[in-house]
Amino acid sequence: MPMRKTFLEGLLHRPLTDPPPALDDPELAELGRKLDAAARRRLGRSLAIREVDAGSCNGCELEIHALNNAFHDLERFGLRFVASPRHADVLLVTGPVTRNMREALERTWRATPDPKWVVAVGDCALDGGLFAGGYACVGGVSAVVPVDLHIRGCPPMPAQLLKGLLTLLAPP
Amino acid sequence: MRGEADTRCRPWPRRAVDAPAWEAAAERLAEGQGTLLALWGEVGGVHMAVLDEAAAPGIEVLSLACPDGRFPSVGRVHAPAIRPERAMRDLFGLEPVGLPDPRPWLDHGRWGVAAPLSATPSARAAPDAAPAYPVLPVEGEDLHEVPVGPVHAGIIEPGHFRFTCDGETVVRLEERLGYVHKGIEERMRGADLDRAARLAARTSGDSTVAYGIAFARAAEAALGVAPPPRAVWLRALMAELERLANHLGDVGAICNDASFALMHAHCGILRERVLRAAMTCFGHRLMMDRVVPGGVACNLDAAGAAALRALVAEIAARFPRLADLYDRTASLLDRTVGTGIVRPDLARRFGAGGHVGRASGRAFDSRRALGGYPPYDALRFEVPVLEEGDVNARVWIRIREIEQSLALIGQILDRLPDGPVRVPLSPAAGEACEGLALAESFRGEVLVWLRLDAEGRVARCHLRDPSWFQWPLLEAAIEDNIIADFPLCNKSFNCSYSGHDL
Ligand code: SF4
Repeated sequence: MPMRKTFLEGLLHRPLTDPPPALDDPELAELGRKLDAAARRRLGRSLAIREVDAGSCNGCELEIHALNNAFHDLERFGLRFVASPRHADVLLVTGPVTRNMREALERTWRATPDPKWVVAVGDCALDGGLFAGGYACVGGVSAVVPVDLHIRGCPPMPAQLLKGLLTLLAPP
Repeated sequence: MRGEADTRCRPWPRRAVDAPAWEAAAERLAEGQGTLLALWGEVGGVHMAVLDEAAAPGIEVLSLACPDGRFPSVGRVHAPAIRPERAMRDLFGLEPVGLPDPRPWLDHGRWGVAAPLSATPSARAAPDAAPAYPVLPVEGEDLHEVPVGPVHAGIIEPGHFRFTCDGETVVRLEERLGYVHKGIEERMRGADLDRAARLAARTSGDSTVAYGIAFARAAEAALGVAPPPRAVWLRALMAELERLANHLGDVGAICNDASFALMHAHCGILRERVLRAAMTCFGHRLMMDRVVPGGVACNLDAAGAAALRALVAEIAARFPRLADLYDRTASLLDRTVGTGIVRPDLARRFGAGGHVGRASGRAFDSRRALGGYPPYDALRFEVPVLEEGDVNARVWIRIREIEQSLALIGQILDRLPDGPVRVPLSPAAGEACEGLALAESFRGEVLVWLRLDAEGRVARCHLRDPSWFQWPLLEAAIEDNIIADFPLCNKSFNCSYSGHDL
């Protein structure tokens, strides 16, 4: 009974999904233009994303998770999360890259077939954030693997994450 | 380390003891008298916080000076102390004499330095190849090992799990953690209160409000400052929103790990509504950095209060049907009932908090225990407790706590006092001071112990996530279950990797 009611409601109500974000951020647009055009052609309009936590506080993961909910519905854009780096076009990396995660990140990157993009998510992933400078963090994803796009924020909101990811798909 | 009878630790005293008294305290823990709340080191000494609800003042901190860098291991007689002692050795180079497990814990041999928090950290080459970490030996003819992680298949934090299986049945799980060790306690040293509070708020992002409260309360206790009443109530409001969001997310995610995606979708909608309301009211979806020493860095206007009332009404209208759906879906219950059992005696021995403890008969909730902290001492709520200790019980604790949090939010909105939300802290008290505080996160009590120096900077801060005493129980819970049920068990615990690894 509760299942039937819940299904029925889902059919009768308007979808909750937010409209797609406007890609009006000049900084992101600039980055979008710089992305390798050949890779863009090869990867096309559908991207498989593998998330790698390289030392995050888990705040970034919570918001990345939110991309899958009914409001943000990442998959309507042809973007989806996959379980293995071997299936991925994009690595979405969070955290200040702890020294204890460095090798795992490098190996995940090597396991991802070319062409591939790396998107660094969150202020930690940009330069280590508050954790930079200590003995335990490398400080920034780009110190370990080449980064194509940074999405800032602590953590970035799902709408900002979506904007960033959509610049990978937008025509140059 | 500061010397004898240093009772300036507030509100709970800290007492210097000698080695025999330290060992006697360990023995009492081993006999089940009191609960180990935390065990941490600093240069030249070790501290242990013990909870004994039957004896005033309820919590006591014992300190043992160890100028030669050695102290009698508590883990030798009381297993919950083993991992904290391994961590103390990694960070401070302190040697727990008699520690049954001599392997490093947080130190993976990658830091380029040994004992980074000791007085004399020694440089060490950071090897490119992982130094071997000997997992515990398992013998038996038909056994096979399954290594998982540190990078997992889902969007979750990294850690390594080594399963030893007989067919599909797990005969042993061994965890290896420390991958997300960020050196937070080292980053804390010398930080001013603002910066230290921001670091504390990033110990485990899902509990950022709880960490904010625990840190602020420890700092305020140390400095002898009381935050304004409105701030105290706003903190609780945010804490209950955080609990609501996390529990909603977890109930959905647990069902999802049993392939019941419908619950996940609906709980995800409610969770998102909580985060959006938090954004509207407090300007940040996770409410990070909103709790500050001295009060809160936000306020609630009439529109915000109305938004929260609407949120509570919506969840109160929708969630009961989801709980009902959970309860009536036989295929789902078939996965959760009787799976991943934590025995009550184990939960008590490890002092497991939150849903892990409360699903296994341990009623401790720091909002209520020892008289509770404000404003909870003035609020009506129940702490649900079950005895079964399985995945199903951990789901039901969350369901009940969602109901309690909704009621608490209503009470807080009804009675929110007026007035200022922040008092200035003047840290230059001229002398060092110490504070200890607990705050109840959605997963259990967070403990913060803090010493400020004469300039009001952090001399030493220890942050103890509830996960420290839950992770070991996951190893016990999965025994004799099939390996395919591990994601379900793991999700029903939902321990923090970041909060544990620090
Ligand atoms: S950017 Fe912020 S939310 Fe993300 S991992 Fe770093 S501290 Fe956590």
